[in-house]
Amino acid sequence: MAALTSVGEAPIAAPAGRPRGMQASRRRRLNIFRYVCFTIFGLFFLLPLLAMARFSLEGPTKLGTWSVDAWRQIASYQNTGIPPLLSAIEITLELAVITCAVMLVLLVPTMVWVRLRVQWLARTIEFLCLLPLTIPAIVLVVGLGEIYNRIQRISLSALMLFWVYVILALPYAYRALSAGLTAIDVTTLSEAARSLGASWFTVIVRVIAPNMRAAILNALILTAGVVLGEFTIAYLLLYTNLQVELYSISRNTPNAGVLFSTSLAALLLTFALLLILSYAGRPRRGRG
Amino acid sequence: MAVAATNQTGARPSRAGRRPPTPAWVGTVPFFAYVGIFLLWPTGIVVVDAFKNPNGAWAFSNFTELGNPLVRGYFIGSFKLCLLSSVTGAVLGAILAYAVASGDPDGIVRRLYISVSGVLAQFGGVTLAFAFLVLIGPVGLLFHASWYFDFPWGIGLIYTYFQIPLMVLVFLPAIDGLKVQWREASENLGASAWQYWRHVGGPLLMPAFLGATLLLFANALSAFATIQAWENQIAYVVPQQISTAMSSEVGLSNVNVADLLALGMVIMVTIVMTGYALLLRRAGRWLR
Repeated sequence: MAALTSVGEAPIAAPAGRPRGMQASRRRRLNIFRYVCFTIFGLFFLLPLLAMARFSLEGPTKLGTWSVDAWRQIASYQNTGIPPLLSAIEITLELAVITCAVMLVLLVPTMVWVRLRVQWLARTIEFLCLLPLTIPAIVLVVGLGEIYNRIQRISLSALMLFWVYVILALPYAYRALSAGLTAIDVTTLSEAARSLGASWFTVIVRVIAPNMRAAILNALILTAGVVLGEFTIAYLLLYTNLQVELYSISRNTPNAGVLFSTSLAALLLTFALLLILSYAGRPRRGRG
Repeated sequence: MAVAATNQTGARPSRAGRRPPTPAWVGTVPFFAYVGIFLLWPTGIVVVDAFKNPNGAWAFSNFTELGNPLVRGYFIGSFKLCLLSSVTGAVLGAILAYAVASGDPDGIVRRLYISVSGVLAQFGGVTLAFAFLVLIGPVGLLFHASWYFDFPWGIGLIYTYFQIPLMVLVFLPAIDGLKVQWREASENLGASAWQYWRHVGGPLLMPAFLGATLLLFANALSAFATIQAWENQIAYVVPQQISTAMSSEVGLSNVNVADLLALGMVIMVTIVMTGYALLLRRAGRWLR
């Protein structure tokens, strides 16, 4: 970290921005440092993913061959003692949808309402929403185990996990929505709508929510990401979601190709969601 | 309830005088009910049950169990792993964050690293353990690391994979907060690059750096899926032992061990996060 320059110094935009400029040798050294950094860290982040990709394309019998068997197996993989892979995938996707829906219905009206009418509760809500960051899932599950055991008489489907998943995703969704809410003038919007005779329901659903579309989408994608990657709670409450299924497969058949194809597919799905986000998050003109 | 309602209307004149006043905070009841049932209640159960014996009687002597050498071993294991992965992650992450920050603020490299960091910081769990297994594990493509299954080292390396991106996300704003003028001022006074970092830049960034390290520490402390998928035979850290205690055949007699360990974790996380909050406030004095 020696011989460095000030922050925000851009190799391309520098001369115009800063009359003083840097000595050419120092700038060169900085750039070398940056590119070495990016290469090393880039390799560190990429190599495990590439290794996983290579293993997912491994031939079923002989090492070192190529085949797409593992990718085909995603739809049909089954092993004794564990539920079929496809059902676990279905459950996880359904959980993601339900969790997103509940999160939306629970958090958006509450946050708008607090901002408009009960400002004095804002700090409490923020504290509660960020609290799950301090209470690890593994702690939550110890307490939840007893609650779930108590209502286990009506045997619960794995879909009931959404109750907890909403809590796990709360901090992420809260931050996204809070950023969206501060960006718009909620008070003026709602006063205008109210004075035109709109009910509070209309204000929230038809006036404010459309104005924070990007923030809502952001919150939903982060929530879906949490659900897709959740292992701890499902595993300890003995439910099978995608991650638990992958774990069980790896215990039964270590290095099964389907492990890597499914993991990679899940990761690619998350990347795709984030890509959608980065496009949708951009302010766009032309559509009302 | 009635008392609270009167207090409320008294403190804040109601806008809708024509209707019988329904206090505005009623709109937040669903949120509080939800968080109460699925976050506060389970946490409360953990705290209360930690002081009870399995028969339900109060037993404050439980607490001395935290000093039991076996129990202490898990906490020491957790501490080692968290320390290793948070310090490594923080140092490497800070270097990467500096490399990112010193580039073009709107450049493609910066945007790429920030969005990829967002994904990778969440990419813990079963899948990550698989990825490293096929990269450097016994069947590794890159090489076969003999230390892959050694306790703090192998898993510590895997943890840095999500710690570095988290550090980049948390630390980047602090580096961006360093003002160009400070650098120029010290150069005008004849300071070398080393002197600038030793006496100006370093001390300014130090609270933010330590705070971020604590956040990484808490992050590693609550991780369970990754280490469980890495090695499930031996329990090294507290979350694994909680899992064993919850699912062991002995059943009820062990439930309170899980509660006790969970309470120990809550205490640890609370201490760490309090330190984080204090350091964050200290860092905010100069960098904003």
